[in-house]
Amino acid sequence: MPTIPLLSHAGPEQIVAWQQGKAVSVRQFLADAAQLAERLPAGKHLLNMCSDRYAFTVGLAAAILSNKISLLPPSHAPEMISQLQRYAPDVFCLSEQVQPLIALPHTLCPPTPAPITDTCIIPQIDADQRIAVVFTSGSTGIPQPHPKTWGYVVHSVRAEATRLGLMGEESYTLIGTVPPQHMYGLESTVLMALHSGNALSHQQPFYPADICGAIADVPAPRVLISSPVHLRALLDSGLQPAALALVISATAPLSAPLAQAIEARYHAPLLEIYGSTETGLIATRRPVAGVEWQLLPGISLVAKEEQIYAVSEYITPPIVMNDVIELVATDRFLLHGRIADLVNIAGKRNSLTNLNHQLTSIPGVLDGVFYMPDESGPDHTTRLMAFVVAPTLDAPQLLAALRQRMDAVFLPRPLIFVEKLPRNSTGKLPRAAVQALLRLHTTKSVA
Amino acid sequence: MPVFYREIATLMIESLNLEVTTDEIALDAPLYGEGLGLDSIDVLEVALVVSKRYGLQLRADSVDNQHIFSSLRHLADHIAAQRTK
Repeated sequence: MPTIPLLSHAGPEQIVAWQQGKAVSVRQFLADAAQLAERLPAGKHLLNMCSDRYAFTVGLAAAILSNKISLLPPSHAPEMISQLQRYAPDVFCLSEQVQPLIALPHTLCPPTPAPITDTCIIPQIDADQRIAVVFTSGSTGIPQPHPKTWGYVVHSVRAEATRLGLMGEESYTLIGTVPPQHMYGLESTVLMALHSGNALSHQQPFYPADICGAIADVPAPRVLISSPVHLRALLDSGLQPAALALVISATAPLSAPLAQAIEARYHAPLLEIYGSTETGLIATRRPVAGVEWQLLPGISLVAKEEQIYAVSEYITPPIVMNDVIELVATDRFLLHGRIADLVNIAGKRNSLTNLNHQLTSIPGVLDGVFYMPDESGPDHTTRLMAFVVAPTLDAPQLLAALRQRMDAVFLPRPLIFVEKLPRNSTGKLPRAAVQALLRLHTTKSVA
Repeated sequence: MPVFYREIATLMIESLNLEVTTDEIALDAPLYGEGLGLDSIDVLEVALVVSKRYGLQLRADSVDNQHIFSSLRHLADHIAAQRTK
């Protein structure tokens, strides 16, 4: 059976991470992971909630070494946690917080650095070992599991690192603003560092000043792995970070003007990556050089019955893409936005069908619908709104119930109470009818 | 409500298109979650507007960020103490 090492670094003294200004060697990392692996409970599934990226990486490695599966749900809302427990009754939560934030059995990360040993052997992992299950929100409210094997994710991040030019002699440090608890952050800020011989920054900076601080804390050459929301905030802040070799963006399309402004201000190329929870990343582009996306080697897109499928040696069976894709050549395509049912707010995905299901499942809600207004402009976050028929509830009660069922970014703003929804004779709600209802409401509130 | 608290409340309402009036934002109610219902994208937006108007950069690691955004009073007090313009 083929095996792949836990990490691709050449020797025990190479650097895997930077933590508070200190380099963490392969030897130290393996000692930290082994220490944690010994202390993990018996359950086969874990929710790795570590917010420190190095602690997360140690947790991931310890789980892999003890043949456990990391679960990556789309949100950590209480309802989703209950569903995770139904999927895997033995699931436990790993974090460095003494006060656990999640209602699951909790394991605290042991203090690092762990004592190191003289011998240092990089463990080999079975390529078929299931290391993670990523969930997408299904249309019925039941999350859909997508298992990931070690062979699959390593192949994917090696292809990514090759495309991004990170496989050479130089040792880069990767600084991520996106959480490792979602597919993009897991692949690009954690697994790619482990499998390109590079190092990761332990931080997960949020404010522009934090991002600049995290960049300054690690040696050059540096790669910033981020999203349009964070990059726009950084640019608007006017702060100038220390030299960057490369900027990566994903989760939502970046406009050409923002991409140009980022390249001009930071004197670094900006590359966007594209993928999905189901496929992992599959393509890249440099927005200032053109709008076309270039597929990673080995991946192809195939049109079949008006749908586009991604397929590769590792993506079997083929996976249907939830975006409107126009094939330009065998290895290039254009992206024309998401299929109408799917919403992506700041990198968090959901489907309108699922959100509507959650809304109408609340006791007291007779009818309701979420509505995504037309985008106000690129790089700005467009918020969902909702119309609801619930004569016995008020807005705070309803919002509290929704908060139990979905991530806060999907909460409707505004939430509009109506007497009834303009459903047609077949019970459907045409978008035009909802738009008319919206116009009626906005005229009313102005008057 | 003191003038500066009202100013920060107005700034939040305008920058986030919130559907409330300044009088509806309680001085000590949480801004996150159950209170005003702000999330991390909102917080980033508020931080940006604050940095432009008052010349101060919010940092998650300098002061307890949860504390700053725990209420309008704490946010306004923090801005008042740290502002450079």
